[in-house]
Amino acid sequence: MSSEADEIGLPALPGRSGAVSRLMQAAGTHNLSLLLALAVLVAIFGGMRPDVFFLARNIENIGQGIAILGVLATAQTIVIISGGLDISVGAVVGLSTVCIALGVEWTNSPTLAILFGIAVGAAAGLANSLIITVGGVNAVIATLGTMAAFRGVAFIVSDGQSISIFNPVFRMIGAGRLLGLQITIEVLLLVVAAFYVLMRYTIVGRNIYAIGGNPVVARLAGLNVRGYQVGVYILSGAAAGLAGMLLAARTGSGQPISGSDGLELQAITAAVLGGCALTGGKGTIVGGLLGVLILGVLNNGMILTSVPTFYQMVARGALLIAAVLVAEQQARRYG
Amino acid sequence: MSDPADLAAPAGAPLLALRNIAKRFGVVQALSGVTLELRAGEVLALVGENGAGKSTLMRILEGAHQPDEGEVLIDGRRHAFRSPSHAHAAGVRVIHQEPDIAPDLSVAENMFIGDLRPAAGIFLDRRDLLRRTHALLKRFRLEHVISPWAPAGTLGAAHRQILEIMRALRSGVRILSLDEPTSSLTEEESQRLFAIVRQMRAEGVGIIYISHRMHEVRALADSIAVLRDGHLVAQRPAGELDDAAVLQLMVGRPITNLFQGARRAPGEVLLDVRGLCNTRLRDVSFTLRAGEVVGLGGLVGAGRTEVARAVFGADRLSAGEVRMAGRRLVLRSPADAIAAGIGLAPEDRKGQALLLLASVQDNIVLSVPQLISRLGLLRGGAARDIAQQQVRRLRIRTPGIAQIVSKLSGGNQQKVVLGRWLARQPRVLILDEPTRGIDVGAKAEIYRLIGDLVAQGMGVLVISSEMPELLGLCDRILVMAAGRIVADLDRASANEQRILDLAMQEQP
Repeated sequence: MSSEADEIGLPALPGRSGAVSRLMQAAGTHNLSLLLALAVLVAIFGGMRPDVFFLARNIENIGQGIAILGVLATAQTIVIISGGLDISVGAVVGLSTVCIALGVEWTNSPTLAILFGIAVGAAAGLANSLIITVGGVNAVIATLGTMAAFRGVAFIVSDGQSISIFNPVFRMIGAGRLLGLQITIEVLLLVVAAFYVLMRYTIVGRNIYAIGGNPVVARLAGLNVRGYQVGVYILSGAAAGLAGMLLAARTGSGQPISGSDGLELQAITAAVLGGCALTGGKGTIVGGLLGVLILGVLNNGMILTSVPTFYQMVARGALLIAAVLVAEQQARRYG
Repeated sequence: MSDPADLAAPAGAPLLALRNIAKRFGVVQALSGVTLELRAGEVLALVGENGAGKSTLMRILEGAHQPDEGEVLIDGRRHAFRSPSHAHAAGVRVIHQEPDIAPDLSVAENMFIGDLRPAAGIFLDRRDLLRRTHALLKRFRLEHVISPWAPAGTLGAAHRQILEIMRALRSGVRILSLDEPTSSLTEEESQRLFAIVRQMRAEGVGIIYISHRMHEVRALADSIAVLRDGHLVAQRPAGELDDAAVLQLMVGRPITNLFQGARRAPGEVLLDVRGLCNTRLRDVSFTLRAGEVVGLGGLVGAGRTEVARAVFGADRLSAGEVRMAGRRLVLRSPADAIAAGIGLAPEDRKGQALLLLASVQDNIVLSVPQLISRLGLLRGGAARDIAQQQVRRLRIRTPGIAQIVSKLSGGNQQKVVLGRWLARQPRVLILDEPTRGIDVGAKAEIYRLIGDLVAQGMGVLVISSEMPELLGLCDRILVMAAGRIVADLDRASANEQRILDLAMQEQP
């Protein structure tokens, strides 16, 4: 967060005041730098592969590529703002794809199957939240443990097999269009819009900022800190369930192994890039979305420019560390 | 212990001399013109009320703070310690109430940490370590009390303190300060500590002993120094001062009525607290009426904050009940107390009361979600109106309600906390050290505000370590000691000396 506004001593804007708008002002400068970084990436990859990069098809590819990550990263942003962390989301995505595939097999109803996948994700989030709030286990350790456990459950219920989904609705969701735009991207936009309103315009959202900012203060001010924490992890689980639906639709199958390729790492990277402080209380949905866009362009660009897969992994890890380093520097400077 | 350098010290120079020490923190002058002397083999008792400057003086002695003015002389030579390790190297140690130990290392290793000698080049020479540890423990007749190989983390508070003292002794300490060492010790443990102190005195160590307890001062001290409001008001041989004289020196301020305007007779009972017990409280009962200000006095650690937290639902109760206007409250969390019309402004403003990175507005409206939203959605102007109303009412000096609260002064931050509660209009307001660390002007405004609130029928419970504040504000003062309420004094019968006597009385 930049504190330029404070240093210049800007007067309060009439009609727009309070922490949320302060955060928006501050995140505004942060988001500008994210947009700048995005422009640099586009310039680099566009310059290297001008023949392919700017094709509508490629831009749609980028959109497709970030839809799943976008849902996870904006949910992760909320978790981090609340002062937590959810490493288990990748495993929940895999579990959700399996449950949805099984749901289609059992009921032949895509709606029921999708609801089932989201409900399983929410239940996984509830389990996380109880371990963290009632058990008092550190969120990183708790979700690291459940990450392995949820992955195991996905293998158990699927018997380790990939389960194909033969249902036109899923093909429609995975590859179809509505009003000219790909449905996966529309789902992402809906989720982001809902999260944006939640964090920006509701009491629940501002209280999530408060409990992340200082849970002791929040409790003594009368907020139900545990209740909010439980809710946030359920939200994160349900969002992972929804991301599993998108993945199942795209691959036409439920695979227990899916989501294990570092999805949680990328979600956390995007959130931190977007301005989240891992100590909680700070961050924005818009920032998280911009973080996802940067990651998406980076992934796409590295493929287009034939960066070997292993080097791509190194680049993604380095990006997370770099994002945290920058955030730490800013925190130290502006405290 | 003594090395040849001692002999070279200027003749007649005291072991330690503090000259004209002054220290200011922001607007608070913590110490001014403090001059103090300590001789080898002397126990100097340093006494004073909470906030008189004892701890600040000790932090300056050990180099944790640097004085704004004045100098520290050891054997007549000037020293300017930039950190505690500098002070340690010069033979100066301050033993704090909760010493730093490495819990997984043994007592012996903790004692000789930094001076562990190797055997065969790389391995710890356990035999040498045991020999040295045993010799040190034996010198103080502790060899049957503390086991050298016990993990230090398994020691109780008393033995940790002894461990810290031994560590100081083995590194050649010449000036040792003990900061309220017996506050968490049993009588037997205290006696053992006194024996150690006497032996150190016999060995020529100069000891500064800080205590609230007069009988300890009597048992140990050769001389007594009294701090009051950052000034050293006396340093005399212990025989020249009786207990009453010491208390007189500690207090010695005019008491003024901090209220302007007429007081009303208290109304109906609002808060009725009966038999509260938990790990820190023993059978606490009291009432608070509408239009009444009740004070909680006593020493730090007597349980005053714990009473506030228990009534506010922040800590669990093992027994007892809290009634509000006759209705028994179920207090599972602060939210329950708030719903019943109780507000609490905690002592630790930055850690427990304020969201430091949030705005004045967001801090004020934190506890009134129902006033600023409809169906969970924020109503644009509502929060702004409430915040502006409180800023005007409390005269919070801020560039605007969007100002980040950490940029305000202490007094204005405290007003923001009060604004949060006034926006909720509680029937009972609990203020824990409401004027700590804030300037005189803001103090006066907060006193005036308390007056206004009780005039409107609120009941206010004030916790304060400042005697004039308690005596000036309160209709009644409850004195606490060791988790109990030991006295309920009305305005007419309360005075500083009586409160101090009660607060420092021996525990049964």
